[in-house]
Amino acid sequence: MLKLTQNLGQQGLMAVARLGRRFMFLLSTLAGCAGLIRRFHLLIKQLYSVGVLTLVIIVVAGLFVGMVLGLQGYNTLVDFGAEESLGVVVALTLVRELGPVVTALLFAGRAGSALTAEIGLMKATEQLSGLEMMAVDPFRFIFAPRLMAGFIAVPILAAIFNAVGVFGGYLVGVEWVGVDAGSFWSQMQAGVDLQEDILNGVIKSIVFGFIVTWIALFEGYDAVPTSEGVGRATTRTVVQASLAVLGVDFLLTALMFG
Amino acid sequence: MVTRKVEIMVGVFMLLGMLALAVLALRVSSINTWTTPDGYSVTARFENVGGLKPRSAVSAGGVVVGRVTDITYDTETYQAKVTMTLYNDFTTFPTDTSAAILTAGLLGEQYIGLEPGAEEEYLMNGSEIEITQSALVLEQVIGQFIFSQANKSGEEE
Amino acid sequence: MPSSSSSRDALVDIANLHFARGSRRIFSGVDITIQRGKITAIMGPSGTGKTTLLKLIAAQLYPDQGSIHLDGQDVHRLTRSALYTLRKRVGMLFQSGALLTDLNVFDNVAFPLREHTQLPETLIRHLVLIRLHAVGLRGARDLMPSELSGGMARRVALARALIMDPMMIMYDEPFAGQDPISMGVLADLIKTVNDALGLTSIVVSHDVAETLSIADYVYVLSDGVVIEQGTPDQMKASESPWVQQFIHAQANGPVPFHYPAPEYMADLMQAG
Repeated sequence: MLKLTQNLGQQGLMAVARLGRRFMFLLSTLAGCAGLIRRFHLLIKQLYSVGVLTLVIIVVAGLFVGMVLGLQGYNTLVDFGAEESLGVVVALTLVRELGPVVTALLFAGRAGSALTAEIGLMKATEQLSGLEMMAVDPFRFIFAPRLMAGFIAVPILAAIFNAVGVFGGYLVGVEWVGVDAGSFWSQMQAGVDLQEDILNGVIKSIVFGFIVTWIALFEGYDAVPTSEGVGRATTRTVVQASLAVLGVDFLLTALMFG
Repeated sequence: MVTRKVEIMVGVFMLLGMLALAVLALRVSSINTWTTPDGYSVTARFENVGGLKPRSAVSAGGVVVGRVTDITYDTETYQAKVTMTLYNDFTTFPTDTSAAILTAGLLGEQYIGLEPGAEEEYLMNGSEIEITQSALVLEQVIGQFIFSQANKSGEEE
Repeated sequence: MPSSSSSRDALVDIANLHFARGSRRIFSGVDITIQRGKITAIMGPSGTGKTTLLKLIAAQLYPDQGSIHLDGQDVHRLTRSALYTLRKRVGMLFQSGALLTDLNVFDNVAFPLREHTQLPETLIRHLVLIRLHAVGLRGARDLMPSELSGGMARRVALARALIMDPMMIMYDEPFAGQDPISMGVLADLIKTVNDALGLTSIVVSHDVAETLSIADYVYVLSDGVVIEQGTPDQMKASESPWVQQFIHAQANGPVPFHYPAPEYMADLMQAG
């Protein structure tokens, strides 16, 4: 019993310490973001590797998710004779929820894991220590541009996901099952609000981009610098980032639409 | 170092993002829902506003001519007081215009429908629409229907 | 025998250093003095914290007790910016080279210049090529780090360490995992660079022959303390059985071949 209590205490202390390190890490990284204007090329390079390289998977996923929504939405709505509402159903589902969330999950899987692996390897091959020894702050040089890139890339990816998804819904709904194109768009335009829906969706994806990149970078930074340790850190990134995205999504939804 | 190719790709990426946002803003929602045009404000009292909400549409003849801006409850007349903004493009509603709370489709959004009257004078900022028709509350309608059916069958017997 | 206080020539002065990682004690009272202009070797078996010592000198780690003075400054009491200024004058060669994987050889060597100076690109090119030529890799300037052999990567790292004209270079296991030719090349380079540029070098290694051939002074670490020090010749003549075992690579001696275990026969019988 005593042992159990001690164990619990130990775990608790470790969790708190980890949380503390997370925040210290974030603070150092944010402090490093200040000098980013002078090193704009670093940001460009990271935008390429987390943004451009994730684009294909986002476009393909967005198209299919939109098409599925079109089909499922139609099948459900046609029972109520309300298939004209398909446009607004597809658009709201995408813009409010699926766009930001699925984009963040895919981003965690594609770019987040890559970031963790990259940072972990940098640690294992002493590149991070090497930078420090060359009097170059790794937070400024390595972490800040990556955090900023994730922060910028995810909302852009989510917007692209949404646009492609709406197009996918249009393809299935209008071109295939034959909903009237006019009412598809007009219902959508009447039902989707720029501030309430689209802006909130963008805010969500900014928050998600920040959280996923933060987790990915920290896990890499905190990884045990061996190949096994880096592998485990990568897994942790995907799991933690996904759970964090879903949890935070609930909170944000409750705040925005509750 | 960053090559030209990377720079171009990132540029394309950012452009695509802006394009997607533009599509979302213009095509998916409509841009005019947020740049509310200037207008004048009128009020109307209803027994029951049903599911009417701020930002609900005000339409005449099926065309959106304004938005609901505020809904309060007047404790003196025990009625709901709805404030709406009518756009400056539509300034010639007669003072005896009537307002009804209608529903788009069977289960759709509720909105205010205006039916112009015949007076010479027009509604102005701060005017009140006198003739109103409350929202249909489905439970009441069904209740009345059942009641009248019961009455009818009672008379027949 | 140089004591920590008397020598005016000391570039690095380590006094009564204590350091523990978790519950594992790594140093318990280490005193080391590194003379200017000399190559000082720090030797000892794997796991005695030789790399940790270098990180302590560079103030990447902080000791539990004791102090390290580098060029007269207590490195662990410096502000961050003062520490970074100091680090620009100290080169360190990591075991893996620690080259930045996404830059080619040229850009890796040019990296500190581009970060810390506003020199024109033509001058940077000039300076980089001089250093690359010195390590014999001027022709490899366009290769990526993944295309280099381990020995070449270390030579590039040396070129990079030299680019800021440091006063001292620390080598972390420069010979580990190298073939004999590459070892010879590296040992030669360390010696030449040190003498030609008037640097001070600290070499951490467990490769006895190579290290003794270039070192001016040797410290041997074991179990968190300095157990022997002297010139390479004094080392070879040392009567300490421990040093004898280490230098002549004997399997058994004061450092036992067997990990602590119960008595052999008893252990065997127990299973049956």
